[in-house]
Amino acid sequence: MVTEQLVDLSRLQFAATAMYHFLFVPLTLGMVWLLVIMESAWVMTGKLVYKDMTRFWGKLFGINFALGVTTGITLEFQFGTNWAYYSHYVGDIFGAPLAIEGLMAFFLESTFIGLFFFGWDRLSRTQHLMVTVLMAVGTNLSALWILVANGWMQHPVGAEFSYETMRMELVDFWAVLFNPDAQAKFVHTVSAGYVTGAMFVLAISAWYLLHGRDREFARRSFSIAAAFGFASVCSVIVLGDESGYVVSEAQQTKLAAMEAMWETEPAPASFNVIALPNEAEMKNDYALHIPWVMGLLGTRSLDQEMPGIRDIVARNRERVEVGVEAVRLLEALRADPSNADLRERFDAVKEDLGFGLLLKKYAASMDEVTPELMDRAARDTIPQVAPMFWSFRLMVAFGFALLALFGLALWHSVKGTFEGKPWLLRWALCFLPVPWVASELGWFVAEYGRQPWTIYGVLPTHLSVSTLSVESLYGSLAGFVGFYTLLLMVEMYLMVRFARQGPGSLGTGRYLNETAHA
Amino acid sequence: MILDYPTLKLIWWLLVGVLLIGFAIMDGHDMGVGTLLPFVGRNDTERRVVINTVGPHWDGNQVWFITGGGAIFAAWPIVYATAFSGFYWAMLAVLWALFFRPVGFDYRSKIHNAAWRSTWDWGLFVGGFVPPVIFGVAFGNLLQGVPFHFDDSLVPYYTGSFWQLLNPFALLCGVVSSAMVTLQGAVYLMHRTEGEVYERTRKAMLGAGLVLLAGFTVAGVWVQEIPGYVIAGAIDPSALPNPQAKEVVREAGAWMANYRDLPATLLIPVLAYLGAAAAVWLAWRGRTLAAFVASSLGIVGVIGTAGVSMFPFVMPSITVPDASLTVWDAVSSHRTLAIMFWATLIFMPLIVLYTGWAYKVMAGKVTAAYVRENEHSAY
Repeated sequence: MVTEQLVDLSRLQFAATAMYHFLFVPLTLGMVWLLVIMESAWVMTGKLVYKDMTRFWGKLFGINFALGVTTGITLEFQFGTNWAYYSHYVGDIFGAPLAIEGLMAFFLESTFIGLFFFGWDRLSRTQHLMVTVLMAVGTNLSALWILVANGWMQHPVGAEFSYETMRMELVDFWAVLFNPDAQAKFVHTVSAGYVTGAMFVLAISAWYLLHGRDREFARRSFSIAAAFGFASVCSVIVLGDESGYVVSEAQQTKLAAMEAMWETEPAPASFNVIALPNEAEMKNDYALHIPWVMGLLGTRSLDQEMPGIRDIVARNRERVEVGVEAVRLLEALRADPSNADLRERFDAVKEDLGFGLLLKKYAASMDEVTPELMDRAARDTIPQVAPMFWSFRLMVAFGFALLALFGLALWHSVKGTFEGKPWLLRWALCFLPVPWVASELGWFVAEYGRQPWTIYGVLPTHLSVSTLSVESLYGSLAGFVGFYTLLLMVEMYLMVRFARQGPGSLGTGRYLNETAHA
Repeated sequence: MILDYPTLKLIWWLLVGVLLIGFAIMDGHDMGVGTLLPFVGRNDTERRVVINTVGPHWDGNQVWFITGGGAIFAAWPIVYATAFSGFYWAMLAVLWALFFRPVGFDYRSKIHNAAWRSTWDWGLFVGGFVPPVIFGVAFGNLLQGVPFHFDDSLVPYYTGSFWQLLNPFALLCGVVSSAMVTLQGAVYLMHRTEGEVYERTRKAMLGAGLVLLAGFTVAGVWVQEIPGYVIAGAIDPSALPNPQAKEVVREAGAWMANYRDLPATLLIPVLAYLGAAAAVWLAWRGRTLAAFVASSLGIVGVIGTAGVSMFPFVMPSITVPDASLTVWDAVSSHRTLAIMFWATLIFMPLIVLYTGWAYKVMAGKVTAAYVRENEHSAY
């Protein structure tokens, strides 16, 4: 039977496996373009140092990529293993982008990565560069299709519920593909990946420079990373997800929660810099706010109102009531599918079916539903405010700190003075983990902020799971976490080892540490 | 939409078959190589030779598996949901075994340490050996029927255990599957190696081929004894998919019905025999490329035989036969099937083209000298 514990464990397992996967994805997304840039420089200038850069950073890229593939396999199948009802209910829409991702993107990326590593002596320079570019295109297209799928979970457009097949069905594929939410997510997520790649190269190059070794190699790497990173971090901030937030109700809810905005304010709303959210009383015990800023950020206008949490709950309370009726009508219609009258009445309310399904958590039958339960279901539609509020702020703070770092790194690399700025190099080195932390926080805000839904307004999380035993979940969760942690330790060991050894690991005879075995 | 719903349902049965066969041919040969690795490579250089025959390609090949999963999700969502949640531990065993491959390939030769390298060699063995066995066992269970049913809202419930999947018939199917993949890997490995490794692989190839032929024969006889499934009465292929709207009966010998009704389909099991036998014969005589083609045709025959025997069933239910999933009632909507059909039609030929190019670039024998020259960059 589906218990709350089963739902929680299934969520925990998905969160753990997805977050592990996203330790490796952003670095891949960013590094792959840095490899394209470095190799283009090699092809255009013929300077061997650029080829060595491509190969050395490519080696580290490969160590990371292996775990990206390992942890990615799980995600393609986990919807089926652990989210069976979800898979049935929305597979008609959600499965397509995943399958197209495989066909269009993942094949491309995975086939050409083999030639990237093994084709140096068998391809001409231009051919090899083309291979690297195709690998980069594949990697980024892969992110596009995954985010189309994820964007649809946040803002389910282009689909309709069918009572005959008891699932959501695709109505407009282009609406799913050009979902504004998905597009905003794509730009934001890949840009964050580019920042991660740039940070990685910047930090390790800074370490070489601090030790005064492999200087020509490190200097060029540092400059490329600084320029690429600065452009990317601007993109992350300017084209942040928030632009997508006004378009849909799911994102309005998320936005209100991460801003701890309990009341609807007259436009333009103010921005809470710091607040102490009080869930029970639905207010902030303390808040430091700046007038106007929130309205400007959220709506890009001065006159558009943004709904507060209380108003969203009130609006959803009405939808829950209609939703209960929709569930009742659906049950009647399933028993008597040819009844035209029932069908017409169901069609009139089916938009709110998902809100009625929220009550299945509390009541076995819609006859047991009381107004109090409906209040509770409506209140459930808001995720916990404090974790959202703080995660978001931390992510933004990291974003601006990275902007400052890359701004200075670029400035000093244009002036050619960064080698004499140990504070800057040390700052770059210390900031190595920051993009990862910011990315994970971003995903937390996006996914935790969608609760209690897997598909916003359509399918509640507690209905989405597979009917497995709790023991199975404990076993698999322990297995995944144990296995991944072990592999992560191996990966970190290799990464540190090769980063320390530096370009000497290529065995070209041009660098430090050449005698050591690779 | 140009193609009507029943046609698309049928096409998708074929396309899922194509993806599974593509997976078995492509990822199959590098899994076969993984299975053989600890036995045909006796020292570090030999093992590196073996690994580098598939080094540049295993990652692309593995996408057949990923895409197969995605395509089943998109085309047969309720099969994806029911099979993977029902076969939970079997599926996790496949995933966990596969975890060894990316890291095994990429990390193994990065460190000079015998214990480290040997650990990853066995990891690559697990990643190559376990998945085909489990896929065979899964097919063996599909042929017998799986204990599952749905409630009114179509929530799937699996009522069996992991251990009952490991019944004698299913284990035999696991042996057939493993032998098929090992033969494929052996033939490929012979094509890309020489000397000692070649000679050892040649013997293993013969063994795998004989086990495949014998196992396939025994399974063929056995399957006539186990009860198959038949749809009682007519089914409307153009109806909206509802896996609970038909009546299904179990009948001994029912899995032979398609061959009786359409004798031409007997060519498919015949292809399995001819392909496997020709592969063994050709490889033994050193014509390894032709043997690879023959072995691949044998795979078409073996997987095709399982598919044709069960058609139109995809996943029969042994506990509630009426809830069995078929190509007619376990599918996506007409629109999704159409879009996915065109997407596959466009991208599949491109994939075959650039994969072919990648093999062409890396063609030739992998030798001990190659491994020495590429000490720092080869796997």
